Amino acid sequence: MAELHSPEEIRKHVRVYMMVFGSLAVLTIVTVSVGYLKLPIVPAMIVALFIACVKGGLVGSYFMHLITEKKLIFWLLIASAVFLFIMLTLFIWAHNSQEGGYLVS
Amino acid sequence: MDIPYTVEARPDTGVNNAKLGIWLFLASEIMLFGGLFSAYIFLRIGAPEWPGMMAGHMYGRASEVLSVPLATLNTFILIGSSVTIVMAWASLMMNRFDKYRLFMGATILLAFGFLIIKGIEYTSKFSHGLFPSESNFLGIYFVLTGLHAVHVIGGIIINSYFLGPGTKLWKTNPKYFTNRIEVAGLYWHFVDIVWIFLFPTIYLL
Amino acid sequence: MTYGTEREMTDSVSGGDESVHDVHRYHEEPFWRKYIFATDHKMIGIQYALTALFFLLTGFTFMMLMRWQLAYPGQPIPLIGWLFSDDTMPGGVMVPEFYNQLGAMHGTIMVFLGVVPLAVGAFGNYIVPLQIGAPDMAFPKLNMASYWVYFCGGVVMLASFFVPAGAAKAGWTSYPPLANIETMGQTMWLIGMMFLITSSLLGAVNFLTTIIQLRAPGMSYFRMPFFVWAQFVTAFLLLLAFPPLEAAAFLQLADRLIGTSFFMPSGLVVSGQVLDIAGGGSPLLWQHLFWFLAHPEVYVLILPAMGIVAEIIANNTRKPLWGYKLMVYSLLFLGAMSFIVWAHHMFITGMGTTMGAFFQVTTMIISIPSVIILSGLFLSLWGASMRFTTPMLFALAFLPMFGIGGLTGLPLGLAPTDIPLHDTMYVIGHFHYIVAPGTILALFAGIYYWYPKVTGRKLNDFWGRIHFWGTFICMNGIFMPMFIQGLAGVSRRLYDGGATYDFAANVVQYNELMSIFAWVLALAQIPFFINFFLSIKKGKEVDDNPWKATTLEWTATPTPPLPHVNFETVPTVYRGPYEYSVPDSDSDFTPQNQP
Repeated sequence: MAELHSPEEIRKHVRVYMMVFGSLAVLTIVTVSVGYLKLPIVPAMIVALFIACVKGGLVGSYFMHLITEKKLIFWLLIASAVFLFIMLTLFIWAHNSQEGGYLVS
Repeated sequence: MDIPYTVEARPDTGVNNAKLGIWLFLASEIMLFGGLFSAYIFLRIGAPEWPGMMAGHMYGRASEVLSVPLATLNTFILIGSSVTIVMAWASLMMNRFDKYRLFMGATILLAFGFLIIKGIEYTSKFSHGLFPSESNFLGIYFVLTGLHAVHVIGGIIINSYFLGPGTKLWKTNPKYFTNRIEVAGLYWHFVDIVWIFLFPTIYLL
Repeated sequence: MTYGTEREMTDSVSGGDESVHDVHRYHEEPFWRKYIFATDHKMIGIQYALTALFFLLTGFTFMMLMRWQLAYPGQPIPLIGWLFSDDTMPGGVMVPEFYNQLGAMHGTIMVFLGVVPLAVGAFGNYIVPLQIGAPDMAFPKLNMASYWVYFCGGVVMLASFFVPAGAAKAGWTSYPPLANIETMGQTMWLIGMMFLITSSLLGAVNFLTTIIQLRAPGMSYFRMPFFVWAQFVTAFLLLLAFPPLEAAAFLQLADRLIGTSFFMPSGLVVSGQVLDIAGGGSPLLWQHLFWFLAHPEVYVLILPAMGIVAEIIANNTRKPLWGYKLMVYSLLFLGAMSFIVWAHHMFITGMGTTMGAFFQVTTMIISIPSVIILSGLFLSLWGASMRFTTPMLFALAFLPMFGIGGLTGLPLGLAPTDIPLHDTMYVIGHFHYIVAPGTILALFAGIYYWYPKVTGRKLNDFWGRIHFWGTFICMNGIFMPMFIQGLAGVSRRLYDGGATYDFAANVVQYNELMSIFAWVLALAQIPFFINFFLSIKKGKEVDDNPWKATTLEWTATPTPPLPHVNFETVPTVYRGPYEYSVPDSDSDFTPQNQP
């Protein structure tokens, strides 16, 4: 992969990195500002996690080069994302089926 | 007969061994932090108030207990260090070893900055009697940020190695060395991503 | 899947003359590099094997001591009772605390220090690179680190017997709140577990990278031997299921050492006093995190065993494995499903009926691929003219034993029947049938099968048969009565084996019988150990391929294999793994690397 890049391409990459850095900074400010709005918990959670996912996606796609990565890596990440999702949802479900939660019911 | 594909990518998988190895490791790290996040959610939905009672005070929001400005500053520091490490790699790709040292050094300094601010946060909590045993909110805060800080320390050790003794490889096999920096970078970006999720979930929600 | 041309791949794999040069270079390694901090996967495999066999024997010894207490409650242990301190066995009589320590550590040692390291660390390390035509594991230094981290974990676990109040007593599952208020041994247990988890994770990364990256030219995924597939899925389970337990171990350590309450509910009363803690935690959280690992862990215990048995059955029936592809798909499905069945261990925790129904359904579904694999192995026997070699005897015995273990598990996967059976001896019988007469017989089969590969000499067949029949009969003698006791309602982990309970009066006498079988089982291992160590020098020498097998570890490298490089030239694979008795062929086996 990497060996195919010419210095010219790398310079192009560097410009992209700077743009990503700018977007991450802006999104961080947005997250914090939304935090000061003191929204109720559910919308606050949706906004915060949505922004976090976008930021994580930017870091993953550009800094970690996922955008040009091979299929193999994707399968691996999809597998762990699926199992993580299963763990999270079943934990919440299990909790609520046992005693009834306060946050999500 | 040497081990194949340590430097070159295997044609059918398109990656070299180290890159696949680090991604596998990161997949397990996703499950490690994911397990802790699941525990956090499990405890939180079972709690009548969050953050709740701590050191004799009742708190309605995490931001009343924790310092959002310091954490915001730390977010910028960590994002910045992600940029510097990817620049360190790009410098090697452009054959500019001098710039590589500069950017790698900056990455390590930023990581130390992150830890210092974390240390300030911790000491101010302790001085107010806010210990992990006070409540599950503080417990999960200290465990999650503490485990993250351990990962930052691990990153500092790895990156320092590649700034110091590890550079010998650059002279003998520059491509191998560049690959290693890419792999170290992948780990460091992952540490950054964990923080990107930790910051809103713990400090803001 | 696309492949580079063969030529291109061969070129990047080896440097022709260089490899010969390497062989000579590796001969000059000093002792500590060759035997202690070894990076050669074969030496690491042997290190794992010897350490794991030691721990299997240790765990078995613990059980033999406990079986005396179960058979003759309150009577002093003859002959060796005086060896123990007054804290553990005053006058040779085991105290309940020591019984609990032995019980907890028996489980921990057998699972995490015995069976898994032997099945994955030893067999996986030694055999997988040879079977896929790789010069070594992908990361040899990491491989060495895995072994030594495992070793440290083992030392910590054994050392925990010598801390104040002894080793962990809360069972191998370490349920809080009991585990949280335990003595120091529990902290040692958690630290030891962290070592073992780290070791497994490093190993899993290494195995997956090796299998994906280092396959020889022509070794496509569907030409890999079933054993390699089993190790592949196992490594994947270890990689993704172990981290949540590591997270749980962090949390329990925090609870124990810095006073958090992750697993401690509010207002918990211990010894008549309300604990001074913040509270608000949930003991069920531990159970979820623990079983999220520990159910996949069950498959980590059984899949490598299935892989070993598949190799031996194909080789000794001189037939291709029946339904190889179907078995591989079943394996993958089994691996994925194993992540969503864990709460069937928790039916009595008061979960809702919908939730219970979900986990019952997934549990019934996961039994299907297991049955497919077992049926595939049985059908492979159909119409074969079998060679009843010693490894084949063990492999054949595995099939019905795993069958009993699996089928007795079904009532435990359904909530209505699980509720009365939960935590009874029935459960103990069930999972021991899977792991002891199941996995351990398969591991013995693997030892008899690959011993010639490692040493160049065969284990003695006569003593092997004595070992087999002794082990097979005794294991059934130990575990079959457990079903009867469990159905009568006798709980597990009872210090007196149920002697004080009226309802157990009709079944409690089986304890003595089971104990005698356990001790005879120990006697049956003596021929094995003598055979094992004596044959290194005295066994019958064999040629390169004594079993007339098709897979690369026998056909492409001398016996025993070359140090480090494994193969003089990189083998090229032309065919599937089990081409036995191909019609119109000169011999009854066609090696994978034969054009």
